[in-house]
Amino acid sequence: MNRYDLTIHQAHQLLKKREVSALELTKAVLEHIAHVEKKVHAFVTVTADEALRQAAQADERIKSDDLTPLTGVPALIKDNMCTRGIATTCSSRMLENFVPPYDATVVEKLRDAGMVMVGKGNMDEFAMGSSNEHSAFFITSNPWDLARVPGGSSGGPAVAVSTGEAIYALGSDTGGSIRQPAGFCNIVGLKPTYGRVSRFGLVAFASSLDQIGSMTRDVADSALVMNVIAGYDPRDSTSVNYPVPDYTKSLIPDLKGLKLGVPKEYFVEGMQRGVEEVMRTAIAKLEELGATVDWEVSLSHTKYALAAYYIIAPSEAMANLARYDGVKYGFSYEGKNMWDAMEKTRGYGFGPEVKRRIILGTYALSAGYYDAYYLKAQKVRTLIRREFEEAFERYDALITPTSPTVPFKIGERVDDPLQMYLSDVCTLPINIAGIPGLSVPAGFCDGLPVGMQILGKPFSEEVLFRIGYAYEQATGWGERRPQLEKGGK
Amino acid sequence: MKLSREEVVHIAALCRLGLSEEELERFQEQLSNILDNFDILQQVDTSDVPPTAYPIPLENVVREDEVAPSSPQDDILANAPRQEEGYFRVRAVLEQ
Repeated sequence: MNRYDLTIHQAHQLLKKREVSALELTKAVLEHIAHVEKKVHAFVTVTADEALRQAAQADERIKSDDLTPLTGVPALIKDNMCTRGIATTCSSRMLENFVPPYDATVVEKLRDAGMVMVGKGNMDEFAMGSSNEHSAFFITSNPWDLARVPGGSSGGPAVAVSTGEAIYALGSDTGGSIRQPAGFCNIVGLKPTYGRVSRFGLVAFASSLDQIGSMTRDVADSALVMNVIAGYDPRDSTSVNYPVPDYTKSLIPDLKGLKLGVPKEYFVEGMQRGVEEVMRTAIAKLEELGATVDWEVSLSHTKYALAAYYIIAPSEAMANLARYDGVKYGFSYEGKNMWDAMEKTRGYGFGPEVKRRIILGTYALSAGYYDAYYLKAQKVRTLIRREFEEAFERYDALITPTSPTVPFKIGERVDDPLQMYLSDVCTLPINIAGIPGLSVPAGFCDGLPVGMQILGKPFSEEVLFRIGYAYEQATGWGERRPQLEKGGK
Repeated sequence: MKLSREEVVHIAALCRLGLSEEELERFQEQLSNILDNFDILQQVDTSDVPPTAYPIPLENVVREDEVAPSSPQDDILANAPRQEEGYFRVRAVLEQ
């Protein structure tokens, strides 16, 4: 096995036993990046020198037995999380040269644990997108088929973990941006409960929807990353002060006694036949593993989630992106006067999808439309949340597809915003409700990955991990690797 | 719901977004389509439903008003497009 194909827990064992050094592991990953990047373009910045320095430090820690499971293990951070001294661009012209003077809380925590950071991941600009095609810099390709999208907005991180350009990654998820690319790239992606992981240092898109989460090769790795990044942070006023359990204790390989529900509404019209078949087989496997499955659950408000999301998220985004005015940092156009400078800074600095959403949000919040749009969407949000609450009184978890289709072709949806928004129809309601969602590899359709989404009530990540782990151990879908040497298919 | 060109111009001014003619036309079309899809929310009876701003039951998260170290001025000015003597330099805000 190539060193860059190891999981965190496998790497940790080898590092602990001194069978490999952090430096050797990091060099293997960096060499692989140099080899593979020209095909997939997952990185905005590769931090090779930094990584080697951190690897040397990790080896010192390992020598004195002062290591954690993440010490010396190479990771990729999505480029919307502040990394001190290293460009944090959000894949936007607006922040192309922005170098943060501080680390995000999650980055600080990973550094303390001994992370080796190999770079920053390409994304849809300001996290607005479902395909990585809205990066202002370049498109990232799906390693399973280079002519297809990796998903978004955490496309770069998903690809890196899939190809071996990083052992794990951190992504962010506002409407599906961790789970959907995880599903499209055959890896594990977790969006934690809202408030579980600090957003301090995460460039804000939609403040009531954003969460940072892990992107890993298997569920055990996801638990290891969550053990480090989860927890209360006084610097994030939406951070919840609940204790963090040891998530690795949830890795139980059977589902006896668990009651699962399958909400019909997630098997949407327009869902790909092959994806549906993979899902039905996967859910049958969950029954085999000991769970009782109710195939007739109904969450009737699901159909309103797309509209509610595409009012709430752009509205919050327009407020969060008002700070980009060319005054304190970022792209700054000279202009004829202050207002002209500001308008041109924002007109040139932002890409089309970002501008679309800012206008949508401004419209939804403007006088005369606020009640009909934003307030209405917030009320519908309450109903969606309640519906999940009621369901979780009857079921330990809900199972849905992560996406209605396999990864689509690059260029197929980018000119039709509505078609693009539909990619997230299975993931959006989860952010609206604030509940956690885990996507795990569930099989293949026409050689392309299909993800299964596991949902639970707030702070039930342990249940999601158990279900994901049991399923993964019984099927092994996540062990398959894309064959990049053969052109990616 | 068809957005007029004037409405798009008005909204763009509200959020200080400089748009080209081509963008104005394209966004007018695309946004009208998107807004049509929001009509579905009018089907939902929300007469006695409170709005949800945040999905967690937190309110009035405050801290003690204690002075703590802040970021060094140099760090903050390092990304400034224009600065002078420790200030961010901007265009005139007020007319003469």
